[in-house]
Amino acid sequence: MMKGLRRLTAVLSLFAMTILMAGCSDKVVVLNPKGEIGKHQLDLIIISTVLCLVIIVPVLILTFYIVWKYRHNSKKATKYEPEWEHSTKLETIWWSIPIVIIAILAAVTIKYTHMLEPSKPLEHEAKPIVIQVTSLDWKWLFQYPDQGIATVNYIQFPDNVPVEFQLTSDAPMNSFWIPQLGGQIYTMSGMAMKLHLIAEEPGDYMGMGANFSGRDFGKMEFTAKATSQAEFDAWVQQVKDSSPALTTEGYEQLAIPGVSEVETFSSIPEGLFNKIVNKYGAHNHGSGSAEHTDNSGETTNEGATEHEHGNAEATMNHEGHVGHE
Amino acid sequence: MASSGKPIISAPSHGVEQGHEEHHDLEGLRMMGFWIFLITDCILFGTLFATFVVLSDSTAGGLTGADLFEMPGVIAETFILLTSSFTSGLAVLSMNRGDRKGLIGWLAVTVLLGASFITLEITEFVNLVHEGAAISTSAFWSAFYTLVGTHGLHVSIGLVWMISIMLQLKRHGINSVTRRKVNIISLYWHFLDVVWIFVFTIVYLMEVM
Amino acid sequence: MWDKIKDFASEFFVTGDPLIYGADVSIGLTLIAVVAALTYFKKWTWLWKDWLTTVDHKKIGIMYVIASLLMLFRGGVDALLMRTQLAVPNMEFLAPEHYNQIFTTHGVIMILFMAMPLMFGLFNLVIPLQIGARDVAFPFLNSLSFWLFFFGAMLFNVSFVIGGSPDAGWLAYPPLSELSHSPGVGQDFYIWGIQISGIGSLMTGINFIVTILKMRAPGMKLMKMPMFTWSVLSSCLTIILAFPILTITLALLFIDRYLGAHFFTLDMGGNPMMYINLIWMWGHPEVYIVILPAFGIFSEVVATFSKKRLFGYKSMVFALMAISVTSFFTWAHHFFTMGSGANVNAFFAISTMIIAIPTGVKVFNWLFTMYRGKLSFPTPMLWMIGFIPCFVVGGMTGVLLSVAPADFQFHNSYFLIAHFHQVLIGGVAFGYFAGLYYWWPKVFGFKLNEKIGKWAFWFWNIGFYVCFMPQYVLGLMGMTRRVSSYGWDKGWYELNLTSTIGGFLMGIGFLFQVWQILHSIKFMERDTTGDPWDGRTLEWSIPSPAPMYNFATLPRADDKDAWWEEKQRIAQGHAPKPQPKIEPIHMPKNSGIPFIMSACFFVAGFGFVFDWLWMAIPGLIGVVACMLAHSFNYKTDYYIPVDEIKRTEAAARRVI
Repeated sequence: MMKGLRRLTAVLSLFAMTILMAGCSDKVVVLNPKGEIGKHQLDLIIISTVLCLVIIVPVLILTFYIVWKYRHNSKKATKYEPEWEHSTKLETIWWSIPIVIIAILAAVTIKYTHMLEPSKPLEHEAKPIVIQVTSLDWKWLFQYPDQGIATVNYIQFPDNVPVEFQLTSDAPMNSFWIPQLGGQIYTMSGMAMKLHLIAEEPGDYMGMGANFSGRDFGKMEFTAKATSQAEFDAWVQQVKDSSPALTTEGYEQLAIPGVSEVETFSSIPEGLFNKIVNKYGAHNHGSGSAEHTDNSGETTNEGATEHEHGNAEATMNHEGHVGHE
Repeated sequence: MASSGKPIISAPSHGVEQGHEEHHDLEGLRMMGFWIFLITDCILFGTLFATFVVLSDSTAGGLTGADLFEMPGVIAETFILLTSSFTSGLAVLSMNRGDRKGLIGWLAVTVLLGASFITLEITEFVNLVHEGAAISTSAFWSAFYTLVGTHGLHVSIGLVWMISIMLQLKRHGINSVTRRKVNIISLYWHFLDVVWIFVFTIVYLMEVM
Repeated sequence: MWDKIKDFASEFFVTGDPLIYGADVSIGLTLIAVVAALTYFKKWTWLWKDWLTTVDHKKIGIMYVIASLLMLFRGGVDALLMRTQLAVPNMEFLAPEHYNQIFTTHGVIMILFMAMPLMFGLFNLVIPLQIGARDVAFPFLNSLSFWLFFFGAMLFNVSFVIGGSPDAGWLAYPPLSELSHSPGVGQDFYIWGIQISGIGSLMTGINFIVTILKMRAPGMKLMKMPMFTWSVLSSCLTIILAFPILTITLALLFIDRYLGAHFFTLDMGGNPMMYINLIWMWGHPEVYIVILPAFGIFSEVVATFSKKRLFGYKSMVFALMAISVTSFFTWAHHFFTMGSGANVNAFFAISTMIIAIPTGVKVFNWLFTMYRGKLSFPTPMLWMIGFIPCFVVGGMTGVLLSVAPADFQFHNSYFLIAHFHQVLIGGVAFGYFAGLYYWWPKVFGFKLNEKIGKWAFWFWNIGFYVCFMPQYVLGLMGMTRRVSSYGWDKGWYELNLTSTIGGFLMGIGFLFQVWQILHSIKFMERDTTGDPWDGRTLEWSIPSPAPMYNFATLPRADDKDAWWEEKQRIAQGHAPKPQPKIEPIHMPKNSGIPFIMSACFFVAGFGFVFDWLWMAIPGLIGVVACMLAHSFNYKTDYYIPVDEIKRTEAAARRVI
């Protein structure tokens, strides 16, 4: 028995070490945030972990202590009280400790839930850049309404500028996640969700579709590249100069289930994002989502005015995105 | 703490009465089981009502309930079902008087009323489909047919069940088993009546108004 | 003609995968072997009379346990296939479409066809004995529940070789599970398999509520019920409130697929989010349905092997009830990232955290049951002690997940996977194993081999941590659930390989358990006392295995630990109370109707899966005919004469 416990302890401490060591590596993306939202979320993870450990660690120690001390073949005589079954004092203590801890955690949660509400714009002097995200089977389409360009499975944006993601889906629900910048949000058809993120330093961040949406959802990875404003502008110009245009037919081709390489488009069809959102009717998405139906209404209007200019150069070229199988 | 336990002794026996008593107990158990079943059925209908309410505006720009519902027919259905609930109550009263003929008679009336309810409902459904509102027309109509149809299915099952109980009454007369069966079917029937009142209010009245 | 048959067969049977051909062959051979053995040993009548038609809760319980262990094997093989695929980057062992099928069936089987039936098996084996009853309230219904589960599970499993497995995840979110995105029959197998067994679960819930409320031994007031009985009551109350929601949700999905309705479709006003809400309104309570009885088992085990009363009985009862009520108000924590707004998320975050309070209290009470006790560590107690640290850590990560804004980073990642496996394996599986080891001698009359059992325990336990601790880290490294392969560049390799090794260690643990059972059947000594653990509750007061009528004379229970108190009294020198006169015992007769009716359900379900009305309609007619046949049958019971009872009791070496 005790040999086993010791073995267990050894295994556990080995893993604790692994976790600690891994924590130092930048591969543990959630613990290495590079943006405001991700950092707040990490703070919250740490706060809640510490609050939990306050109660967990004593419980674990107590478990090992009690099991050790009251084992029947213990050499020392221990107290044995077979009828002892109740103590108001003790039970009050262990009802109240978790209540207090949960109360603190609840207060922290309420504060952070409002602070980190994904549809809330970030407070920042720079004007946010808008990226419209559509999850397709099984690739991501990103449209830049202000720049009038589009990409597949790749986004680039300037660092230290808030990014306003507007998200929808033209396929089963997925989830848009760039762990180092902040938590994910679902992409759902018929709705325009919002997610505000910011990258505080340049870098290539891993992004992915986190929600299962069919056969090749695992291939829905993308790189989110944060660069300086100048580099970003140069990139936009380069896309405009050298990439084909995205046409409505081109979009329909792209929406056919299959995987895709990284692609770029020099222009986007007028109002494509809103068309995708409205394709499924602006319906109420059940309990609690009413708030967001309102949002999607807003988005629809803004979006329409914002990127009207991007379509002048829409041409019939849709050969550029043949990569999908 | 002192031991508060008492020694185990056997429960007092019921002597010669035991068999009878146990039988009686069994019927009590079954009655209670049925009440719990009704709770689950309440939740089942509750879920359907919730679905209907969520989807009540989701006609995808097509026909709405207000466009097509024919209230006179629905009111007739309501009236028939309420009456059948009353006649099933009369059946129980006959049973309590020990009047087997009256009991079977009133059950027969209830079955007839229930069958006419179902006929009217089917007619209503057929008319709606002819007017272009099938279950696949829109989410609203899916929810409508499913909710009202589930109630109709319950009524139909009740009809078969009631007929089988009438046959059993003919064969076995009124005894503790058949008594419990009649009580249960009548409870079931009243329950369906209550559900229908909700259907009438939430599906038809609120849609038309 | 021949071509037509060939075409049909290639659509009907799953083809093209050597793994599946291998499975086909082994299934075929097993079936032939079983049929041949039954025929050779002339066991068909025995099978039909003693098992298939039985209404005895003890035999039904045994059948539940056997079926669930078989399902544990299948679900476990699924798990190991997945772990093999993930062991190294860019593995090409399973194609994505196969991987998707395997994680779907793994989830469904483990929750619905392993955990649920194992739980029902323990209900059946223990509850009537523990409350001093001769059977459950509705023995016929009990048999029907079992066969519905069995045929539902078979229907689901048939999809492995016929038609193709479902592949839209264990909760089958639409629109992925709709005809538009899953045109195959796999999803229909999913719907009908779960639907048929779900009806059985609902009936079991009703059955045990009535049994516990109405059939307790004289003297056993509600607040004197053993804790396992309380936990079963709370679990069953949760079942009757949650399962109707599942029934409707699956029915609506079926109507969508079969009649072209638009509940959850993308077009014509359908609302996929409504499905996600509905399925979790069942799905969240469901996990509490399976964990609550495990809490009950631990309460029994810890008291018995501490030789001490359960600490804080009232708190424990209150905690059970509080958990089952609260479990209905937390469902939206499964989709904090749906954008329901800060207030909704905060509400569900807090309601989820609140569950941690009664759960924490239960842990303290278990610890203080051991405090000042005399602890011994046979296998049931080992699982109990293995459970506490595992569940406490799993509970802690659960609280971390409940913090809505932080969940935006955990959601859909391996962190979540690690969490729920930790509470489901560390809580539910460990709990049911403890229960199985604990009550095994009561059911079969001999203990399971302790030495092999300890090997199994340590393989499971160490395997568990090796498998799932790395997955927490993988989650933080951004590895999302359900991905079927990953590249070398991610840095997920070492941890995934470790996790796979852990998975196989648990597999070895399972093999040890199988060996343990077989070995014990052959070699273990019979237990003649009926009370091998020095138990506390009524089930230990009768011989093992219990005679078919359980109690020759109904016992009285004036204390929570009625049997323990009686033993104490005798030890203090009091004479055992004279037993009252034995009287004929009223028993239900066996019936073949549950088996036939469930088989008809299977036929109907199979017909609907393939849209063969010629098969579905006769199936449904068969179901109705069975119901009527049962309703018209008034000869459902009989009496066991006094002589026979006396003979049985004497044979069980109990002086009367």
